[in-house]
Amino acid sequence: MPVDVVTIDANTPLLNAKLTERRRGSNFMRRLVSRPTATAGAIIILIFILVALLAPVLAPHDPTEINTKLRRTGPTTANLMGADELGRDILSRVIYGARVSLLVGLISIGIALSVGTLLGVVAGYFGGGVDALIMRVTDVMMAFPGILLAITVVAILGPGLFNVMIAVGIEAIPAYTRTARASTLTIREQEYVIGARSIGANHRRLLFRYICPNIVSPLIVLATIGVAGSILAAAGLSYLGLGAQPPTAEWGAMLAGGRKYVREAWWMSTFPGIAIMLVVLALNLLGDGLRDILDPRLRK
Amino acid sequence: MGRYVLRRVVLIIPVLFGVSLFTFLMIHLVPGDPVRVMMGTSGSAEDAERIRNELGLNDPLHQQFIRYIGHVLQGDFGNSIRSGQPVLREISERLPSTLELTGVAMATAVVVGLTLGVAAAASGPRADAAIMAFALLGISMPYFWSGILLILLFGLKLDWFPIAGTGPMALVLPTITLAMPASAVLARMTRSSMLEVLNQDFVRTARAKGLRERVVVIRHVLKNALIPVVTIIGLQAGTLLAGAVIVESVFSRPGLGRYTVTAIQARDFPQVQGIVLVSAAVYVFVNLTVDLLYAFIDPRIRYQ
Repeated sequence: MPVDVVTIDANTPLLNAKLTERRRGSNFMRRLVSRPTATAGAIIILIFILVALLAPVLAPHDPTEINTKLRRTGPTTANLMGADELGRDILSRVIYGARVSLLVGLISIGIALSVGTLLGVVAGYFGGGVDALIMRVTDVMMAFPGILLAITVVAILGPGLFNVMIAVGIEAIPAYTRTARASTLTIREQEYVIGARSIGANHRRLLFRYICPNIVSPLIVLATIGVAGSILAAAGLSYLGLGAQPPTAEWGAMLAGGRKYVREAWWMSTFPGIAIMLVVLALNLLGDGLRDILDPRLRK
Repeated sequence: MGRYVLRRVVLIIPVLFGVSLFTFLMIHLVPGDPVRVMMGTSGSAEDAERIRNELGLNDPLHQQFIRYIGHVLQGDFGNSIRSGQPVLREISERLPSTLELTGVAMATAVVVGLTLGVAAAASGPRADAAIMAFALLGISMPYFWSGILLILLFGLKLDWFPIAGTGPMALVLPTITLAMPASAVLARMTRSSMLEVLNQDFVRTARAKGLRERVVVIRHVLKNALIPVVTIIGLQAGTLLAGAVIVESVFSRPGLGRYTVTAIQARDFPQVQGIVLVSAAVYVFVNLTVDLLYAFIDPRIRYQ
């Protein structure tokens, strides 16, 4: 960090707020590019997004087309990743699977981020009874170990891909609630918030103009790593047969099919396995990079 | 210390109450008629009415809840819809196998994770990068994928370990599968905690007075760095317990995992309620133990 910024910091806090705001945009990209692992993660994710968007163009076959002659045949030039137990082209299924996994990750984290942040900000801002109620409910949600809360929600709503998105989203809520609440508690006491309140800003204005924009950094980091976690969780539920139902091309479900024929047809589980690992790895790389950039406590 | 223990123990009562309220409400949150859902397409209207009466679903909600809590406190989790057996007995028959896998995996993860974390923090940048890359891979591999890979390599190709069944040899591959992500998380946590402590003044003092690096790392740094790691170990216990559901399914192991999946697929709500309640209770008590342990290791906690 350049020395001149530090001197401005110390002397003119008001000016500094504006300066860092403007600098953040350009600095952010430069910082990201200066981290090769985070950049690599971002590029891999972009490729998967493109693959998901262009799936109908890229896939050589219909992902649900059954071809009994090709049952469990290994990789050939016509079927680069081989065919599954129904003779469906695995490459096409892996390509279409990207759509499912990315969608599940985005929607479930969208649910968790919006609901969790709202609850956390409300709890931190208003305090008192509202805070106590929200945090007790959060405690109960966190009493369900790991993926079990998602499994329970699926048990209530019934198996299926859409219900898995909701379930994984609900499971992730507490993390966002706690993070948003902790940040709100700090921001609430900042001078500019007290200043805004003293000139008569109402609750809504304080929440959305002054508090929310200033708590996003840790939430972005959490959400990036969270998408990775929710893709894993959703694929796990599909692996168990509780998520995507046949004939949907979903990586977890494909691995479950591959597990049955692991002796005879390694390609059935290997390729969807590599796909899911790559996406999750890329998201974790990007998330680690973002955390280093956005989390000032860890910035060295 | 006594006051702290008491406060911590009292604090879990509302959590357990909330969990049981949730498991109770579960059946009422089901979209549509839960009895119809449980029966599937078979069964007559009389059968539905009989099950509804058996489960007491016709009574007012608060009466149902009081009765539910009363039964749970007496160890009566109701009977399974499918088998008619008491749910608690079915669970207690399967729980030991799951706890065995979880426990062994936990021990493995702690040993491997801490060792790797300390090694990464204390060694040069190259070893550090290698260990961290390995850890990143560990947290990015889903259980069902690493499990299948281990089956392919050590089960089928090399034929070192059985890929299913029971007994100590059959426990090896599921343990590695389950312990891998947890070891990775612990390694990352231990490393960053170590690095933080390595920057402290007392470490410089220890080095300045001429202690060997080994002594500095183990006696001065590790001891302090482990404090936050203990919390993560507690949280990982929950992840492992839930992860066992998937790992058991990959290795066709009998246990709570497969029981859970079939209970959900059959929409057998008394079974699901029982599983959820037992797992949450196990997890809450593991975390209580960790919290108490934490206070024991770090005296600062007790006086908050």
